[in-house]
Formats: sequence, C-alpha cells, structure tokens
Amino acid sequence: MTAATTDAPMTADSPLAQAMFRSFRKRRMVSYAVPAVILLYLTYAFFAFDVPGLAARARLDNAAILLSDFWSHKTHVTRDNRTGTLEVAIEGEGKGTYAPGTYPDWVRTDGEVTTIDLGQGNIVTYDAAGARMVIPDYGLIDIKPVDGKLVLDAPQPVPDWISVSDNRISVTAEAGRFNYSRSKVETFKYEAGWELFFFTLDSPFHGKGFFELVGMTVSGDRVDPARSNVGYMVSEVWNNKMWRHRDVMWAIFETILMAFLGTMGAAIVALPLGFLAASNFMPLAPLRFAFRRVFDFIRGVDGLIWTIILSRAFGPGPMTGALAILITDAGTFGKTFSEALENIDEKQVEGVRSTGANALQRARLGVIPQVTPILLSQVLYYLESNTRSATIIGAIVGGGIGLLLTQAITTQKDWEEVAYYMVLIVLMVMIMDSLSGWLRRKLIKGDGGGH
Amino acid sequence: MANIAIGQTGGTPPALNTATEAYLAMNRRKRMYGGILLVLFVAIFASGWRISEERNAGDFLPGISQLLDFPSEVVSEAWTNRANIPGYFVEFFPSLIETINIAAVSTLVGALIAAFLSLLASRGIARWPRMIPVFRRIMDALRAIPEIVIALVLIYILGGGPVPAVIAIAFHTGGALGKLFSEVGENADLKPIEGLSSVGATWGQKMWLGVIPQVAPNWLSYTLLRFEINVRASAILGFVGEGGIGHDLKIAMQWGQGRYDKVVAIFILLFLTIVIIDRISDHYRAKIVKGT
Repeated sequence: MTAATTDAPMTADSPLAQAMFRSFRKRRMVSYAVPAVILLYLTYAFFAFDVPGLAARARLDNAAILLSDFWSHKTHVTRDNRTGTLEVAIEGEGKGTYAPGTYPDWVRTDGEVTTIDLGQGNIVTYDAAGARMVIPDYGLIDIKPVDGKLVLDAPQPVPDWISVSDNRISVTAEAGRFNYSRSKVETFKYEAGWELFFFTLDSPFHGKGFFELVGMTVSGDRVDPARSNVGYMVSEVWNNKMWRHRDVMWAIFETILMAFLGTMGAAIVALPLGFLAASNFMPLAPLRFAFRRVFDFIRGVDGLIWTIILSRAFGPGPMTGALAILITDAGTFGKTFSEALENIDEKQVEGVRSTGANALQRARLGVIPQVTPILLSQVLYYLESNTRSATIIGAIVGGGIGLLLTQAITTQKDWEEVAYYMVLIVLMVMIMDSLSGWLRRKLIKGDGGGH
Repeated sequence: MANIAIGQTGGTPPALNTATEAYLAMNRRKRMYGGILLVLFVAIFASGWRISEERNAGDFLPGISQLLDFPSEVVSEAWTNRANIPGYFVEFFPSLIETINIAAVSTLVGALIAAFLSLLASRGIARWPRMIPVFRRIMDALRAIPEIVIALVLIYILGGGPVPAVIAIAFHTGGALGKLFSEVGENADLKPIEGLSSVGATWGQKMWLGVIPQVAPNWLSYTLLRFEINVRASAILGFVGEGGIGHDLKIAMQWGQGRYDKVVAIFILLFLTIVIIDRISDHYRAKIVKGT
C-alpha cells in the first residue's frame, strides 16, 4: 500500500483511491448502521416492555404520597364518633400518640368541641352535632349524621376534591385532609420535617429547642438524677422507638461487615487457589484446567443462587450474606489472581531462585511483592462494590439494611423511613468508596517498590 | 545491634556498613508495621466472623453439615421428574429473554448516559471545564445508589413489570461506566480535536469525529463487561422485585416441594446464559483490546 503511494499518481480511479473510497463508504455505512440497529432494538424493547401501557399502570398519586412523605410528616386528629374519644397521633402510630392534655397548640379542646387550626384560616371543628371545615376561598363544609347517613352542606357546585357517599365524605384541601365516616372523623395536618427523629413524645427532651438542649448539657440540673443529661439524651436518641436508630445502625454495620468478611475471606481463599491455576506455578495442565473450570463454575452459578442455597443451610443473618459474597468472589478472585500471577516478571523469581530458595520462599519473596499492589487494588475495588451488593444480598438473606429497606417498602406506609435508609445507604457507599480509594492510593504507593 | 547506634551517631564505620545497617533497620521497621497490620487485620476478621455468627439465625458448623441437604433434595426431586425439565425450558424461555432484554436495554441506556456525562467530565475535552466537578459528583451519586433502592421505589410508583428494573440498572450503569469512560477520555489524544477546532467544528462534531473514534474500543470493552454484570443484576432484581426469570425463580421456590423440577430448570437456564454471555463477552473483549 505505502509503496504504491510513492510512485503511482493519485487520481480518482487509481486502485489506491478506489480502495480508500471503499473503506470510507464502509465506515460511513457502519457509522449509520450501528445507531440504526441500536434504535431498532430499543424500539423493539419499547414494545416488549409495554412502555405505552405503563402510563395507564403508573400510579402518580403514589408518587405524590411518596414525595410528600420524604420530607414531611402528618399528624392525625381522630375522633371516634361512637365513644367521642379524641386521639392526636403523629403518622397515626401508637408510638407517636400525644397524651391527653398535651396536644400541640393547633388542637384546642373545650368539652365536646375540638378546634383544629390548619393554618391560613383553614379551621376544622368537631362537635356533638357533627363536624365542619372552613376553607377561606371556598366556604363552610358542614357534615352531619342524620338517621345513620351523612349529610353534606357545602357551597354548590361541590368541587371534585370533595368526594361524597352515604358512608364517607372526604375533603382533600391544600392545608390538609379531612375525612368523615360513620365511625370516626379524622383530620390530617401536614408539616415539614421528620418528626420525632431525635426524641419521642414520652422523652423529657421532646419539644425543646437546640440551644435549650445545649444549655441542659452544660448546666448541672439533672433530669434523671441517676445519670448525666448528655448520657440520657444520647440514650433517648439511640433508643428512639419511632425511628429505631439503634437497629438501623446495627443494620448498617451488619451490611459493611458482610462486605468486609466476604471480600477478605474470598481473597484469602483465592490466593492459594490462584497459584494452583496459574500456568507458571502449576506445571500439571489437567489440574490447572480443573481449577479454572471450578472458578468458572462458581462464577457461572452466580451470587443469587449461592445466596439461596446458603440461606437454606445457615438461616437468615449476616453470616449467610458474608458466605454468599465469599463464595461468589472466590471464583472471580481465583480467575483474576491467576491472571495477575501469570503476568509477573520472571526475573525476580529467577534472582531469588539463584540464592537456593525453595518454592515457598520464591513465592513469598519473588512473586508476592510484585503482585501485592495489583491484588490489593482488586480486593479494595471489590470491597467497594460489595458494599452495594451486600444491600441486595441482605434483602434476600434477611440481614442488614437491605432487609429493613425491603420491609419498609413492602409496608408502603413509612416512606420517611425509606428516605432515611436511602440516605444512609448512599452515605455508607460513598464513605466506603472514598475509604477504599484512599487505602488504595496509600498502600499501593507505599508498597510500590516491587511494581 | 550496637552498630546501628555507631552508624547513626558517629559515622566512623565505612559508608557501606551504614547503608546496610540503615537498610536492615528500614526492613525491620517495615516488617514490624506489616506485622502489626496483620495482627490487627486478623483480630478484626476473626471477631467480625464471631459477631456475624452470633447475629445469624443458624450457626456455622451445623450449617455446614446441612449445606448439601437443600441442593440434594432439589436435585433428587428434579431427577424423578426429569422428563418435565425440557418442557420447563420452553416455558421459562420468554422470561429468560426478558431478563436478558432488561440487561441489554439498561446497559445501552446506561452507556449512553455514561458517554454524555464522561465527555462533560473529562479534563481537556469537556464542554464547560468549570462544570467538571459537578458532572463528576452526578456520576458518583448515580453509582452510589444501589439498584434495589431505585427498583423497589419505582415498582411502587410504576407498578411491576420490567421498566423499574431497567431504569434502576441503567442509572447505576451510567454512573459506573461514566467513571471508567472518563478515565479513557482523559487519556485520549487531543491533536484530532485541535485539528477539528482549526476547521471550525462545533463541540459535538469534535466529540463525534475526534474523540469517539479513539475511545470506542475501550468503551465498548467496558460496556461488554458491564453487560455481563447487568445480566446477573437483572436476575437478582427479578428475585427481589419483579420481572424476568428471577421472579419465576422466586415463585417456584415459594411453592417449595413439588416444584423443584421448575427450580432446577431455571437454575440450568440461568447458569448456561451466564456462562455463554461471559464467554462471548470475554472473546470480543480480547479481540477489541488487541485492536483487530
């Protein structure tokens, strides 16, 4: 080709020019064909996955609930219409119920009359006759039970955010929600923030401001004479019944533990096996071949199946998860370690051999220093990615933060807890990422002599 | 030992001796640090296993003896019903295809996201060099969110089907590949870009004609590796959430005894798929990297 360019003049019909044009045409075709094939495949997938039908199935109201729960909480004010008892509870949970007489200041009670101030002039009143809600731009919504049926008296026409039936009337206003049924009447007030995140209602520290709390830690007056205020506060937060910080932190710890034990255990198991599968250390080809197939088999069976088998034998818990990671990664490490061992510089081994070292000494002094940086960097990389996998494996084996997350999601109620766990998982992964990156730089730079 | 003190303070012994002693001292120090690290590691590792065993429902030793109970039960039951298995292969083939499709689509979409983000986040070729840290943080965030979190939340909103899994895996893939892609991009030769700038090419043209042809082989190799990983991820997500062969496996497992032939059929399908895809991807990656 190059010879032709020097003596033949470049004309449009010279063989060289023809060849070049052909190659250009081919390239141009490829550059159009590849995106076209991708587009075609995505179109097929679009219909195979029934994306058009997705719009019908999507529950945007669920999305709204989820998003509002992520950053706000609601307080239920419920009156039992049969007994007349009133209950004020955060998220309607028993653990967040206010004791009678300690209601927040937007709920006022006076005999049988309860007044709930939802802000901006929206006021709900419960009394013996029924209940009514005042909405400034709309008017008065009055609900009364008459002969076992609910009667609504509201400005006509009734808008679509009020739904009416004989047994139940619900109002979804901007300020809050208001439901009246024969058995009970309830009002939901939405407020920003994760309520009771630090102290639950029964804690002596509930409702105190930040500076007040700091003051209490400094001043000597003990809330509980038996222990210091700081210790009491820490234990109140740690044992918070609503958010269960203690269980959550244990779950995070379990997840990291699974990743750490699994990855390190796999590396320890795989290192000797890697030698047995490397062609420059294992002269017996059939044995080498057998080891490689074992690694392939372990990797092929896949983490999911190992996890299922192991959780049958060991039951749910972090050890099962750690063993699942260990087995799966032992296969991967076995393969990559043996490849790294095959790529070493033989000269150093030769040098150690010339001093009369035996096989073990040659491996320790001639090989290990060379491969340590490579192996270590692989192990740390897997530690990082296994922190993520441990979340999923935890969901399958029933341990760690993955279990808490799937439980919180399947109840479809406590989305603020889901948000909390998501934030913690992302933080955990990011911290492990930077930790492993830092260790990798530190260890490999410090150990770089053999590399 | 005494020599060290002399060598360091007086300097009377010959220089060679000082160097040897210094080297030996350094070696000893290194070995000591190594020893301390090793002891620390062993202590953490051993106590970690103890803690995890305590918090586990079953203990290690009894578990080991039961390890083969479940597989042997499954296999023996499947063996008696082995005539059914080929039929199940046919029955579960569509969901296998769905699993592979989930992996393929999410890899493609993820690679596209990664390509855009990485071009915007690589030094030397970025469109807005000041925005590089922003795009890097976006990639970090995408990488940090585990697939299962996005998938489960989206299942609640979008209701079952493969789409939540695709979106979840694609996001994660975008972050993971983006990091690798931008490392390749930063090593690209800038001369073609200069040449294109001199003829007045836009940023898009510079990327398409100057950078993409250079990085394509490496990007393709990483994408194939990711596809391999995503096939596994999509099987797992099916098991935890919905869609594909993972979901069928979960249902068959929940039936327990009497359906183990189905479980075995799915195991075999999954195993063969993963091995075949591994092989194909290995083969092509070797070819791409060697530059044929």
